[in-house]
Amino acid sequence: MDTHKGVLVVGEITEGKLAPITIELLGAGRKLANELGEELSILLMGSKAGGLGQEGIAYGADHVYVAEDTLLDQYNSEAYTQVAAELCRKALPSIMLLGYTDVGCDLAPRLNGRLGGGLAMDCLALSVDPATKLLVSTRPVFGGNAQATIVSKVARPQMATVRLKTMPPAERNDSRQGKVIPVEGKIDPSALKVKVVERIKEETEGVKLEDAEVVVSGGRGIGSAQNWGMIKELALALGGAVGATRPACDEGWASVSLQIGQSGKVVSPKLYIAVALSGAMSHISGHLGSKYIVAINKDKDANIFSVAHFGIVGDYKEIVPALTAKLKELKSK
Amino acid sequence: MNTIVCVKQVLDPEIPPAKFKIDPEAKQVIPPAGVPPVISVYDERAVEAACRLKDKHKGKITVISMGSAKAADVIKHAISMGADDGFVLQDPAFENLDSFGTAYVLSKAIQKIGGYDLILCGRQAADWGAGQVGSILAEILGLPVVTLACAIEAVDKKLKVKRMVSDGYEVLEAPMPSLVTVSSEIGLPRLPGGMGLMMARKKQIPIWKAKDIGAEPSQLDKAKAHTEVTGLSVPTRKTECEIIAGGTPGEAAANLALKISKLI
Repeated sequence: MDTHKGVLVVGEITEGKLAPITIELLGAGRKLANELGEELSILLMGSKAGGLGQEGIAYGADHVYVAEDTLLDQYNSEAYTQVAAELCRKALPSIMLLGYTDVGCDLAPRLNGRLGGGLAMDCLALSVDPATKLLVSTRPVFGGNAQATIVSKVARPQMATVRLKTMPPAERNDSRQGKVIPVEGKIDPSALKVKVVERIKEETEGVKLEDAEVVVSGGRGIGSAQNWGMIKELALALGGAVGATRPACDEGWASVSLQIGQSGKVVSPKLYIAVALSGAMSHISGHLGSKYIVAINKDKDANIFSVAHFGIVGDYKEIVPALTAKLKELKSK
Repeated sequence: MNTIVCVKQVLDPEIPPAKFKIDPEAKQVIPPAGVPPVISVYDERAVEAACRLKDKHKGKITVISMGSAKAADVIKHAISMGADDGFVLQDPAFENLDSFGTAYVLSKAIQKIGGYDLILCGRQAADWGAGQVGSILAEILGLPVVTLACAIEAVDKKLKVKRMVSDGYEVLEAPMPSLVTVSSEIGLPRLPGGMGLMMARKKQIPIWKAKDIGAEPSQLDKAKAHTEVTGLSVPTRKTECEIIAGGTPGEAAANLALKISKLI
């Protein structure tokens, strides 16, 4: 597969800057490129993408491909697929990295379908096999119960989407040299069959779950919507966000947007407090990246204690209000 | 409005972790005894989305599943929810296919069924969770695709789809036919009714082999697989949990509060 060379990152731009995931991908991509002795490139899409060319170089890219078109200012599945696929066919990267974000989750599989590559989603680790020089992607399977390594022996590009905050961001170095290359070619508007009618930003009350330093989650054991208030109060006292297991969302105690785990969100706060939840693998796979996990459960054999750093065995109805009160008292001092 | 839903039968994801065992050599999971496989959670929501459209606009729901002969169970589940028809795609050549192979087999079955306005898939499977079969399938069929749907409506022969994004949602308008992948935010699946259960019991679910759908052996050649699983392991986690004690629950809670306040 000598026809394909180098690592290409598909960048994301948020509020005029390189998105944090993109800087993480540049960090991971630089390492892979160095191991292979090949070059690292990044594709940036949007009418002002050129303005970020030097940024891309400072964060480690040797080439920054810039596709400037107002049709690319907001994510459009077909437009992004067209531009990225065309660049791939010309630049022939061996490895292609995207974020496991709502852009990457849509773009990567579709691009892969069009290019006939080999793709691993939601990767936690990437490496180069020293013998074969192939990309080895590690990803969770079976709801986090197991991890699989995925390899593409013949298909190119070797593609991976990477989970947020799993890889260290690239370090900025403004003295780095590189080339900004405009991507030629127009998007065919007649191929854009799906129209974006509107984008609605939902304001979350309090701290956003994915950004929170502290997350307090409740499970089925909470028992009622009324008692769910105790979870909210504890989160509030800690300046954190509320999370929930799937059963708690199914019961309607928490909005489905707060669901953590396999079919919900992945969080990695400093502190995760799990209340009255047993710790089904499908849930804990969504918060194993937390720095500290605290469990409160009346069943001393509950699986959640096997991943927790601190715990109390007991009835949460007695523990959580006392914990909230004490934390408030400590804060007021 | 005619919808085809692709569903997968998977190991019940809610089993306790102690029952989860793998065969690292074969890179397979060993199904625990006495735990029946279930319909993959997102696929069940895709069936629910199809049923909601049928409630409003009439039409037919056809469900297909590639897997073992036992996959008839998940098709019967979909029929008990409101689907009309279903087929199992089962052939030794279909075993252990990667996402491209799976999408190819589904595309051949879909072309055989024909006459569809909408194809629905779950956003990913609850077992291997490759998260790409729907999009590859759309590319093979040359259809527009919308992923991560949390609501689907049919308005004036067009699809209006709400798509989840990290800070809210998008509203997209797609032509018919299109392929849509469904996320769990679409809401809870309905419980099968008495009528549906009776229908499901009576229904014969035909099995389609490779030759029935015209699947070319060259497209199912594992030597040409796009991806290969080279390792499967259960991560070991060694966390010592310090149990915080106290004379009363309130005391234990206060001790925990002191610990927590030092961590953040």
